[in-house]
Amino acid sequence: MLQILRSDKTIRWTLVGFFVLAIAGNFMPAWVQNNLMFGLARGLAVLGLMVLWRTGLISFGHALYFGIGAYAVALVDKHLGVSDIFLRLAFAMGAAAMVGFALGFILRKYRSIFFAMLSLAFSMVLYGILVKVEALGSTDGFSVSATSILGWTPESKYTLFCAIIVACAAAACMVQYYLKTGLGALTTAIRDNELRVEYLGYSVSKAIHFKYIISAGLAGASGAMMAMALGQVDPDSMVNWTVSGELVFITVMAGPGSVIAPFIGGVVFEFLRTYAFELAPHAWQLIVGGTLLAIIFFLPMGLWSLLERIWVRKGSSS
Amino acid sequence: MQLLITILLDGLTYASYLFIVSVGLTIVFGVLKILNVAHGAFYAWGAYAAAYAITYAADMEYSDWIGFVCIFLAAALVGLVLGMIIERVILRHMYAQDEVLIALATFGIFLILEDVILLVFGVNPYFAYQPMALLGRVPMGGISRDVYSFTLMALACVVAFSCWWGLTKTKWGKLISVVIYDREISQAMGINVSMVYLIVFVIGAGLGALGGAYVAPTLSVAPGFGIDVIVLSFAVVVIGGMGSIPGALIGALMVGILRAVAVHKMPELELFVVFAVMATVLIIRPEGLFAPAKARTI
Amino acid sequence: MNGAPALKVTDLCKSFSGITAANNINVEATDGDIIGIIGANGAGKTVFVNMITGYLKPTSGKIEHHGKDITGIEPRDATHVGVCRSFQVSQVFMTMTVRENLLIALAIAKDEGKAMLSSPRSPDLLAEADRMMAAYKIEDHADAVASTLSQGVRKLLDIAMAVVANPKVLLLDEPTSGVSVEEKFAIMDIVIAALKEKGVTVLFVEHDMEIVERYVDRVLAFYQGEVICDAPPAEALVDPKVIEYVIGHDHAPNPTPAVNGGEKPETANA
Repeated sequence: MLQILRSDKTIRWTLVGFFVLAIAGNFMPAWVQNNLMFGLARGLAVLGLMVLWRTGLISFGHALYFGIGAYAVALVDKHLGVSDIFLRLAFAMGAAAMVGFALGFILRKYRSIFFAMLSLAFSMVLYGILVKVEALGSTDGFSVSATSILGWTPESKYTLFCAIIVACAAAACMVQYYLKTGLGALTTAIRDNELRVEYLGYSVSKAIHFKYIISAGLAGASGAMMAMALGQVDPDSMVNWTVSGELVFITVMAGPGSVIAPFIGGVVFEFLRTYAFELAPHAWQLIVGGTLLAIIFFLPMGLWSLLERIWVRKGSSS
Repeated sequence: MQLLITILLDGLTYASYLFIVSVGLTIVFGVLKILNVAHGAFYAWGAYAAAYAITYAADMEYSDWIGFVCIFLAAALVGLVLGMIIERVILRHMYAQDEVLIALATFGIFLILEDVILLVFGVNPYFAYQPMALLGRVPMGGISRDVYSFTLMALACVVAFSCWWGLTKTKWGKLISVVIYDREISQAMGINVSMVYLIVFVIGAGLGALGGAYVAPTLSVAPGFGIDVIVLSFAVVVIGGMGSIPGALIGALMVGILRAVAVHKMPELELFVVFAVMATVLIIRPEGLFAPAKARTI
Repeated sequence: MNGAPALKVTDLCKSFSGITAANNINVEATDGDIIGIIGANGAGKTVFVNMITGYLKPTSGKIEHHGKDITGIEPRDATHVGVCRSFQVSQVFMTMTVRENLLIALAIAKDEGKAMLSSPRSPDLLAEADRMMAAYKIEDHADAVASTLSQGVRKLLDIAMAVVANPKVLLLDEPTSGVSVEEKFAIMDIVIAALKEKGVTVLFVEHDMEIVERYVDRVLAFYQGEVICDAPPAEALVDPKVIEYVIGHDHAPNPTPAVNGGEKPETANA
């Protein structure tokens, strides 16, 4: 195991990159820090979606787990007074993973458009509940109190910023390790030829179920981080199908090429959104839609493939 | 008793508009095999175009009956123009791709169209009440109901009948049935599949737009109009069977009546119940309740 | 490995809503047998293979492997027990290289999947993969992506992957179909040699009678879901029922063993 960790370039660059980001964060203006927090937090969910995409599955309903994670944080805060980051994350990921485990039994039998539609249906069931039930905040949602860490409540958001960076770096490295093992190779194998995987002796259903749970847990962590960074939760920005759509958009935009891509995608998305809202508040969706189409047509392997090409060209010329 | 009638009429009204919107979605899926997320945008465009035309006509002091002409004109125009542009420029290059990828592309188209509405029609809501007000009200089930909602039900019946008649009794309908069965064989037999795809897509778009256009006088047409409808029509189409017109009818009736019951009896369940049924159908019978017969491929 | 036969099929039946695809099939195979399965299209050969390897569940009857009942088990369980198959249309991982294909196959097979928790590129798996590629003579294509391979090489890869789990019984579904004439014999030479070395019991579905004659110890002829003949090739290929229902009168081979001069039997080919 250590051999993989030491020799893997991606892991090394990820750790370096995130470390630099953490340090730099101290000197950034608040709005940049915020955008980075939101972008990286979302990147966690996209990382999970990327694992599913490599397996050949696209989920139109991951806002379900994003929302579960976010609302878990808000609810334990409101009803149990939990403000510690580790506890909040544990509740969020635990809840999301449990639901993912349960629903996974059903979803693992579906593929393609049916998988997408069923996951959409499940997420809209949660949306339907949250929007109409007063006790869960209804359409207004509710606020989340400040996050503490092991008893100490920091004043600035910098600590939360670092916490998110650590979480993302950890997730990226763990998924990278996972992808390098035989289990990780199953993603591409299943996407390429499920029948062959079964005949080699491995249960495709079980493999998909496992990957689904991972992606659910990651999305739950993502939602939790978002809730803590935003300080509030509500159904329309966290559980509605448009949120699932956003996550899928970032996944496609970033591309499946690397575990760092989701985070780059998440951050690009966040900055794009801020600028777009300033320059042309009624053209944001147009930009997203246009970009999605452009990526599907001209850059199907996402932004990461573009970065790789530039990298390779630089490497060969120098 | 009165409550029952109210629920029934509410449910039928709701089902009628859902059917008109969803039948276009299911036809497009059945023939072109694509899940068109942008269908919600056709609905919104139809509503905006109709609302704009109606308020313009009202400003010009034309007779209120012109409003009805506006509705159908708007739907037809949206279907033709938007439908043709989207199918020719974008979709026709994608038919060989994975169906989920195509659905994603239509999601992109949906987003673009939603914003273009803002650019074209502005951000203020339109309230084109004239056609509805014109027909007045009638007492039924203890409350006075808009006659307009009955015309909506009538329209739904007309649409249903036209679809049935068009598919089974006309030459074009038979061609479409063949293309549904197998695209390659149809091409090999000399059918202009490309033209069939275009026509079906335009009809589907037009029907979606008609749903929006006819509903426009009953509510305030504002930004974000299509967002909720699209997932509701997904539910209808999934429940009834993707690609099945009678399925869309049954699905619309189920969703419409379920929602009416929920709204009157247990409001918290209103949205939940629709998607719970959608999920249940997908689990028990993924092809839907009325799935069109599929030939064995092996 | 007790005295029980490598494969024993008893009264196997399969019907699809009224259509009988298999009717009371009884077959026994001892370790190391090489058996050819012939029959016209629709005679039930693939249904037979599919039932033994778990793809289809029989309507009735029993399938045993070394005394163990394997009727109706899942394909992956059949693989674990030692009954594997290759496919008429090669089922490989198209976006991966030949070596990667084999590495994954080996990782899944080893230690009941425990090898999956570490990288497939471990030294012993790499060595094993090299050994297999050498045995099947595809080492030249080790780094070629599967989608770029010729049909013949892809077939060899498919068969190699089927053998990764060290099966005792291997069913090959039309191993030379879709393969060019020049490659057919080359492939079968390689495959049969590699399998004989390991003492694997082989049953293969084949339409080409030349191949059947050359490599098999026994022939199983199918017609309308029944076994109409179970005998060594010399007998089977002149059996009147086989000639009537499988080979066809015009293309019955000469009584002499070498078939090179005569016409190739065409009737049974698609």
